This record gives sequence, structure tokens and C-alpha cells, in this order.
Amino acid sequence: MTNPAPSNILPGLRLRQRFPLLALILERFVLSIILLFAVSILIFGGLEALPGDFATTYLGQSATPQAVANIRQDLGLDRPVTTRYVEWLGNAVQGDFGTSWASKNSVSEQIGKRLGNSLFLAGFAAVISVPLAVGLGMFSVHFRNRMPDKIINVISLAAISLPEFFIGYLLILFFAVKFGIATFPATVYDSMGFAERLKAIALPTATLVLVVLAHMMRMTRAAILSVMSSAYMETAELKGLSAFRAIVKHAAPNALAPIINVVALNLAYLVVGVVVVEVVFVYPGMGQYMVDAVTVRDMPVVQACGLIFAAVYIFLNMIADILAIIANPRLRHPR
Amino acid sequence: MNDYTKYLASRVTAGGLSRREFMGRAMAAGITLAVADKLFTESAEAAEPKRGGHLKLGLEGGAATDSKDPAKFLSQFMFCVGRCWGDMLVESDPLTGAAVPALAESWEPSKDAVTWTFKIRKGVKFHDGKELTIDDVVATLKRHTDKKSESGALGVLGSIKEIKADGGNLVLTLSEGNADMPLLLSDYHLVIQPNGGVDDPLASIGTGPYKLTSFEPGVRATFEKNKDDWRSDRGYVDSIEIIGMNDATARIAALSSGQVHYINRVDPKTVNLLKRAPNVEILSTAGRGHYVFIMHCDKAPFDNNDLRLALKYAMDRETMVQKILGGYGKVGNDFPINATYALFPEGIEQRVYDPDKAAFHYKKSGHSGSVLLRTSEVAFPGAVDAAVLYQESCKKAGIEIEVKREPGDGYWTNVWNVQPFSTSYWGGRPTQDQMYSTAYLSTADWNDTKFKRPDFDKLLLQARSELDEAKRKDMYRTMAMMVRDEGGVILPMFNDFVNASTKQVKGYVHDIGNDMSNGYVATRVWLDA
Repeated sequence: MTNPAPSNILPGLRLRQRFPLLALILERFVLSIILLFAVSILIFGGLEALPGDFATTYLGQSATPQAVANIRQDLGLDRPVTTRYVEWLGNAVQGDFGTSWASKNSVSEQIGKRLGNSLFLAGFAAVISVPLAVGLGMFSVHFRNRMPDKIINVISLAAISLPEFFIGYLLILFFAVKFGIATFPATVYDSMGFAERLKAIALPTATLVLVVLAHMMRMTRAAILSVMSSAYMETAELKGLSAFRAIVKHAAPNALAPIINVVALNLAYLVVGVVVVEVVFVYPGMGQYMVDAVTVRDMPVVQACGLIFAAVYIFLNMIADILAIIANPRLRHPR
Repeated sequence: MNDYTKYLASRVTAGGLSRREFMGRAMAAGITLAVADKLFTESAEAAEPKRGGHLKLGLEGGAATDSKDPAKFLSQFMFCVGRCWGDMLVESDPLTGAAVPALAESWEPSKDAVTWTFKIRKGVKFHDGKELTIDDVVATLKRHTDKKSESGALGVLGSIKEIKADGGNLVLTLSEGNADMPLLLSDYHLVIQPNGGVDDPLASIGTGPYKLTSFEPGVRATFEKNKDDWRSDRGYVDSIEIIGMNDATARIAALSSGQVHYINRVDPKTVNLLKRAPNVEILSTAGRGHYVFIMHCDKAPFDNNDLRLALKYAMDRETMVQKILGGYGKVGNDFPINATYALFPEGIEQRVYDPDKAAFHYKKSGHSGSVLLRTSEVAFPGAVDAAVLYQESCKKAGIEIEVKREPGDGYWTNVWNVQPFSTSYWGGRPTQDQMYSTAYLSTADWNDTKFKRPDFDKLLLQARSELDEAKRKDMYRTMAMMVRDEGGVILPMFNDFVNASTKQVKGYVHDIGNDMSNGYVATRVWLDA
């Protein structure tokens, strides 16, 4: 009577009680897949609703009705939307995004190259900016309301207020045009060596670091400061820990969740939000690829880019959530 | 030195003009003998082309969607890429726009201009070592004229009924006479490929001065010199690199920092800033492209010729050229032809801004209330500003214009050719016939002013097959007058092609045919160390 019969508990609930962490991760994972599926419908539907179509846009003023009709028939645009959607999704799940309407190249192959370029740039920017941001954040907490903190604050505020294309142009003006020490344009290509590549992406990387640094740094600072005001930090102080040790050992771990979140958000931005930077620096990444495709309504490419961008966002957010749960055991047992 | 003599001098420098021709033309343009002589010597000294070097171009217009198939060339980037590795049967003279031999050595029309016989050059080799044959030529034209083809030249070649080989000659039979047939074959899509490119349209094998060594769509194309080129008066540099740069500021930064030698599409708004860079030269070439305000002749209130005239007189063309083109352009005269066309009808009075005449015709038209003008930034650079400027100049004539800014996305589908009054752009065509046939013939798909006049159509068809140049010129004059006085187009300006290079680049040919020295820039210039 006192113990409820085990058979009354749902299997899912049982799993959740025995392995709360695993269950949560699984749940987040399934949710991500559903979300991605919903996004795919949105992308496909949204593109269908766009004004103008590929045949006329692609041919422009040289389009004759004959050529337009040829292209439409060739691409099977006369078939119903649902058929095309199901076909597209089926292939996309297997990693096949079809061929570009405009260039007739395999989209997956091209995206492989472009995504590689984007990840290279984003990865490089992240490697520099994340430790720098977290480090500077802690540093400014340590010196809070004193001169170093104020300087860091002013500079980061300035950097965050400038649009990225402006930062980019400034860097180009000084380092490429005036002093001639940096490589511009930052075009990378297949036959390029690694060292050459690093040199080519120096300016766009610097731009990206400046753009994302402030956001992450200020978030780190705020998160740690809010922890610092809690009672156990006072205890740490009272038991005689050095200020720096108190921040690193006691405050930082408890501020991890919001920091991880903002880092994930910025990482996602580095991959999918750098269209402007890519255009300014003539960097052949995903952003420019998608912009090119949108202008001529090259649907297979736009759809593939949209889906990959969504996947990157969802994936990074999922990782952030999971890491936050691991970092803060309280989140494992929702009340 | 005015534009024209500068232009002549550059032709001498490029080796395209003999002393005799130069002196004749320069003196006709009002230059004294002594000055012309000095000019020729200077230009001829600069004319010794240097060979070697690596030429880098930064071009707007490349996209990840670009195809290597010449039939699908569309962007400025591919236009230039194709000219590097391929040849057409015919080229156009940079100065006069007339047809000149390329892979076709010579040609002969029948009396009614219906049948054309082209003699194909012998001993020309493709990049793969195979010799060019008449079969390759026939196959190429067949591929581009196939009704199922997606070729950009399909519309141009629509009148070709039969393509066949007759011995070593190419014989084209047209459905109707066309005196401009050779020029049509200079279209940049019509690159002669082995077996017409049917086996592998993307192979990029041609007879041009350069071989394509690498290509990443929208990013970069590289070339090396074709050692077996059949011509010696081109292809001076050893290798070429064309980089896609769609951001105007990026192009300017790359040029002024010396990372590239040449850029296209310099924004008229910033050209004066770029001029201040010490190592930069602005290259501005008169072109056929024109900016237009389009009225539908068949829709109220624009079906009234007095209202159309009123709106034409209310256009301040000079101000437009100064403000919108930064002075890099010429005023238009409400018909789509300018002096860069062969057989340009001279002596037609220039229409100028006249608020009184505008007011007079406006009153006569009986129209009242505002007139709605739709525009968008994609119509042409500065289109929205141009619309507002126009609104102001109309106000002085008592005409009220309501400017509606439309989204750029879908402008060509939803506004242009659909709405009765809008702004637009025309790139120009190789011949007057083509320009009129594309946009002013009653049955033309792109008749965006809905100008429908049987007498005009008849004259156009007559002129097309007329081989007597004087008669033809006369017909074009009558047609120009019809469009100017009764058509639905307000044509304030022809825009120049504004490009820029570093001072190392020599021998640039100002080609009236099209932008970037008609796409041939990389094959015509050389680098001065």
C-alpha cells in the first residue's frame, strides 16, 4: 500500500528517474530533430512564397518565353509542391541536396567546400575570442569599477556599437591600404597552403573577434558579478581566499551556465551570421554562397543553406543546454 | 585632349589604328596637324606591348551559381572568363561597332540577306591540340539554336532556319533577311567549342589566348597563356587571375592597395574619391546601356500622347547625368540609340528640359491629379534618387508625381513590364535592329512601353534586310523619330562603363561594344613593370 506498484510508472518516467541526465539529453535531442523538421517546412514553404521564380530571374532580360518554359520543364517546377517537398526532404536526410539549378553542380559537394571555409574562419575566430573574452571578463571582475575594468568596458562597448562592415572597412583601410601589411582580399582557394590561408584570413578573423568579443566578455562579467553577490562568496572571502582564487574556483563554475549560453550563441553567429564579413572580405564561405543563390532563386542551394544554418543553430544551442545541465546539477531535477 | 582623341590615342596604343587612319580621324575631330602628329608619336611609343606578368582582375558579378557552359554565361564575371578562353566567329570593331573577322575569315550575304556564307579560318587549334573544323562550328551553332536549348543566345539566333557545312564554309539560311547577321555571331555565348560543346559543355576548351587552369564559381578563375594561339596581337600577359568581388568597397580597397590591377563597376558616387589614389586610373567608356522611365502606351493616363510629351519635356536630362551618373554618361534623347551604334541617325534635335512646353502639353492632355511612378534601387543604381529628382523637375511644370518605392526583390517580375509607369534599365544591344526588335516591336516579349505601331514594325523589318547602308540609315532615322515623339519611353541618359586600373596596366581599349573592353580586357592589356 505504501509503495506504488512499479508497473504503474510509465517506462519513460522510469528512465527519467534512473538516468535523469541521459533522459534530459535524449529529450533535448528528439526536440531538436522535431524543430529541424519544422524548420524544413518553413524554409520550403517560405521559398515557394517568394515573388519571382528561377527561370525568369536567372535569364534576366535575355529570357525568351521559350527559354523560360524549357528551364521550368527541365527542373520539374510544374509538379505539385508537396511532391517536391517530400522528395527534397527524403534526399536531404541522406545528405543529398540535389544539384544547383544554375550551375548544375552538386550542392552537397559545393557546400562541403564552402562550409569547410566558413568553419575554418569561425573556428579560428572562436579559438581566439572565447578564451580572450572569458579571461577579460574575469579580469574586469577582479578590477571591478577600477581603471582596467572601465577601459575594457568602454572599448568593448565601442566595438559592439560599430557595425561589423565598418570595423572590416577600418581594418582594410589601415592594414591593407595604408600600411600594406595584411593580405586583402581574403579569398582562399583549393590549392592554397595552410600558412597562406592563415595569412589570408587574418583581417576577417580580427573583425569577427572584435564583433563577438564584447558580447561574451560582458556576459561573463555580469554572470560572475551576480554570483559574487551571493552568500557563499562572502564566506569564501571571510575564510581568507584570495580574490582571484575566489573568482576562478568558486564564482566562475557557478556562472558557467549563462556563459556557455552566450558562447554558443556567438559561435552560431560566427558560422551563420557572417554574411556581411564574408562579402566585405571576399571570403568564399556559406554566407556568400547563400546570397548568390538567393539572388537567382537557386532553390536547392538556398534550401540546403537554410537547413544547414538551422541545424548549426539548433545543434549549438542543444550542446549549450546540455553543458549547462552538466555544469549545474540542480537543472537535472525540474521541480 | 577630349574623350574622342583620347580614345583614338588609346586605339593607336593598342595597335588597332594606323597612322593614316588616326590622322584622318583626329583632324576630322578638329585637331591641328601638329598636335595630331605629336599625339600619334606618343601613343605609338607607348604602343610597344610588353609580354609577361601575372594580371589580376577584381570583378563584380560573379556568383556561386555561375556555370562554365558558355550557353549559360550570364554574369559579368563569366562574360570576361569566356572571352579569355574562347573565340567567336565574328568580333565587333571596338571603335565603330562593325563586324570584323575572328574565327570566320570573311562572309558574303545573298542579295536579300537571307543566306549567309562564312569562310572558316584554317589552321586554328583548340586547347586540346585538335584542329578547328567546320563541324565544330556547325555543332556549336546547332546547340545554341536548338529550341530546347537554355542558351542565352537563343533569342538572338531565332531567325536562323538552317545551319549547314558547304565544303569549308558555313552556310546559314534565315527565315527573313538580316543585314546584321555577322554581328549577331559576336554574341559572347557563341564560343566555338569542340563538337559544339555537346559532349562536355563545361570543358572550357576553346581557341582563345588563354587556357582555363582552375575555376571556382563565384570565387576565382585562373588562366595560363595558350602557346598555340592563332593570333599574336593579344594575350600579352603570361597568366591571369580573375577574382569575384561583389562588394564595391572591397574592389576599391583591393585596387588602391595594389592587390589587383583592374576592377569593374566603379560607383559614380565614389569615383572622385578613387581618383585621388596616386596609382589609379579611371577608365570610362561610352556605352549603349541606358536608364529609362517607362510609360505603357496602352494604359490610362499614358495612352494620351500629350501627357507622354509633357512628361518627356519635364525631364531634366543634364541634371540627371550630373547627379545620378556623377557626369559619367551622356544625355539621352528619348530613343534607345546613341552614337555608339553603327548607322546612328544624326541631326535629330536634342530634347531639353522645358517646363513651359511640359505645362502646355499637360494642360492639353486634360489629365489632372498626380501621376504614380514606381521605382526601386534595383532598377538602376540611383533609381530612387532619380525618381525624386524627376518629381522636383515636374513640380516646376505643374505636374505632380507620386513616387512609390518598391521592394527590389521581385521588381522585375511584379513591377517592370507590368505596372504602367516605372523605372528600368536597358543594357543596349549590338545593333539598332536588335534593340528595337527586343523592346519596341509590337510583338516583342520585352516591349515594356507597349509601343504598338504597325508602320514602325514594317519599317523595322524592311531595314533589317536592307543591304544599302544609306537607305538603312534613313529608315532608322524615321524609326527613332517615331519612338522619340510618340513612344512611351523617357530616356534621360546613357551611362558610361566606369572601370579603373592601376597605372601599370597599358593598352586598354575603350570598346563601345560592351563593358570591360567588351569583355576582352584581360586579353588586350599588358603590364608595364
